Amino acid sequence: MSVLVIAESNGKEVDRGTLSAITAAQKISNEISLLILEESEEVIEQAQKIKGINKVITTSGDLIGGLAENLAPLILECSKDASHILSSAGTFGKNIMPRVSALNDSQQISDICEVIDAETFVRPIYAGNALATVKSLDKVKFITVRSTAFEAAQTEGGDAEIVSGPEAITNGKSSFVNRDLSESDRPDLTAAKIVVSGGRGIGSADNFSILDPLADKLGAAVGASRAAVDAGYVPNDYQVGQTGKVVAPELYIAIGISGAIQHLAGMKDSKTIVAINKDEDAPIFQIADYGLVGDLFDIIPELSDKIK
Amino acid sequence: MKILVPVKRVIDYNVKIRVNSERSAVETNNVKMSMNPFDEIAVEEAVRLKEAGKAEEVIIVSIGDKGSQETIRTAFAMGGDRGIHVINEANTEPLAVAKILKSIVEKEDIKLVILGKQAIDDDSNQTGQMLAALLNWPQATFASKVEVNNDGLKVTREIDGGLETLSLTLPCVVTTDLRLNETRYASLPNIMKAKKKEIIETPISDIGIDFLPRLEILKVEEPAVRSGGRKVADVDELINVLKDEVGII
Repeated sequence: MSVLVIAESNGKEVDRGTLSAITAAQKISNEISLLILEESEEVIEQAQKIKGINKVITTSGDLIGGLAENLAPLILECSKDASHILSSAGTFGKNIMPRVSALNDSQQISDICEVIDAETFVRPIYAGNALATVKSLDKVKFITVRSTAFEAAQTEGGDAEIVSGPEAITNGKSSFVNRDLSESDRPDLTAAKIVVSGGRGIGSADNFSILDPLADKLGAAVGASRAAVDAGYVPNDYQVGQTGKVVAPELYIAIGISGAIQHLAGMKDSKTIVAINKDEDAPIFQIADYGLVGDLFDIIPELSDKIK
Repeated sequence: MKILVPVKRVIDYNVKIRVNSERSAVETNNVKMSMNPFDEIAVEEAVRLKEAGKAEEVIIVSIGDKGSQETIRTAFAMGGDRGIHVINEANTEPLAVAKILKSIVEKEDIKLVILGKQAIDDDSNQTGQMLAALLNWPQATFASKVEVNNDGLKVTREIDGGLETLSLTLPCVVTTDLRLNETRYASLPNIMKAKKKEIIETPISDIGIDFLPRLEILKVEEPAVRSGGRKVADVDELINVLKDEVGII
């Protein structure tokens, strides 16, 4: 058995999700190759040092924008000797992996949170409201890995062999136009250690900025419940919940959020949950580790002031 | 141009999920079912393209038991023109769904397939990408904006940390993200009209593809229940707790 891990990288380093996928790969086999999909010496140098990697495969050609149409045939070619192909379950892996899996006539296993053995995996369904243990009957297994479920592999101590891999060919049907990454000083919602989320209790779009000083002090990402998004307080990409983003930070602070099932599905795996709500019977208090009953318009400024 | 929109009947997003007593699946008996929310967005987008004169017909397809026809009618009430119901009492995995859709695309001469990015039951997020692979078509997943022009599509996609724009030639596959549009409420006259629109039924075995499951579900469990903690009296106590017990600030 051998595992091929598809790396996601940003021109400087392999991302955190890929390091988690490597940890998942180590639970399957000791033979692990890492496929780098950009021509960056910095990334290749870093990848070589990751503990547990035997081989780093470099690629060339039309890698611009990481188009699935260009990368899928390349990944398939690199998969020939592998029993398992893994990537992290970020938007990059979610976009590309099913395309490769279908080309190989394999049924992908999405978003695994546990490796039982080389054929059996646990994955969340219904936004984590249930966990399914599934056994794959396919010969080659294509898998995406939930990064919050696995520790990051160590980035020191490895000494992998570097092998040059295939060239990506321009497909002629799709092309990359541009990328607009949010320039926010705040961390990304799905990667943040602390998330501060507001619900309908915030009352208006203008009021939502009451969360900013708190988020700034904590270095937190800002999220919202579906109710707050539907009411137009914040854009859709703030939404934490079953139909929004699923987060599992160290600390989740739910402010003016009642705790609808839809919302709980997106944040209940957070390590610590703090709820602030004026309604002491709000369902959010049933799952919060610490609850504070009161008017958020008094509490939040006071909290922001007092946190050093 | 004909647009194909696959829709899936799933447990309504507001329903609390329960695992059955055999721990083999999630209980779906006597549970409110609805169209997968991402598929609703796909139907809306297709109907808008038709209304804008960019498409002639919106064909709705659903794979599942008899109840799927209700979901197809919901899509009709939003503006879908006609329907195909592929009958399968058992669960159909994404790869098999993609194979079924491929056969429909070829038979119906479809130029654009718009799908929800994932179904909120099995959360696979695979079908659109797999269909694009099998057809050797370009794909634009997690779309938040779709512009159709003469030679193809310009699609803005939601990616980790921001947005990305791709240009695609037709035919192609698009999967929807939440921000793409706001779905309409069906009017009463449209709901009445939906009852008369045609649905063609096809047993899955007639399609001529391998639809046997590749994933054996060994068990389904509820995750560890999170129990509530305690209330704190004021902001000072909360800060102390975050410092001393949680150790995060």
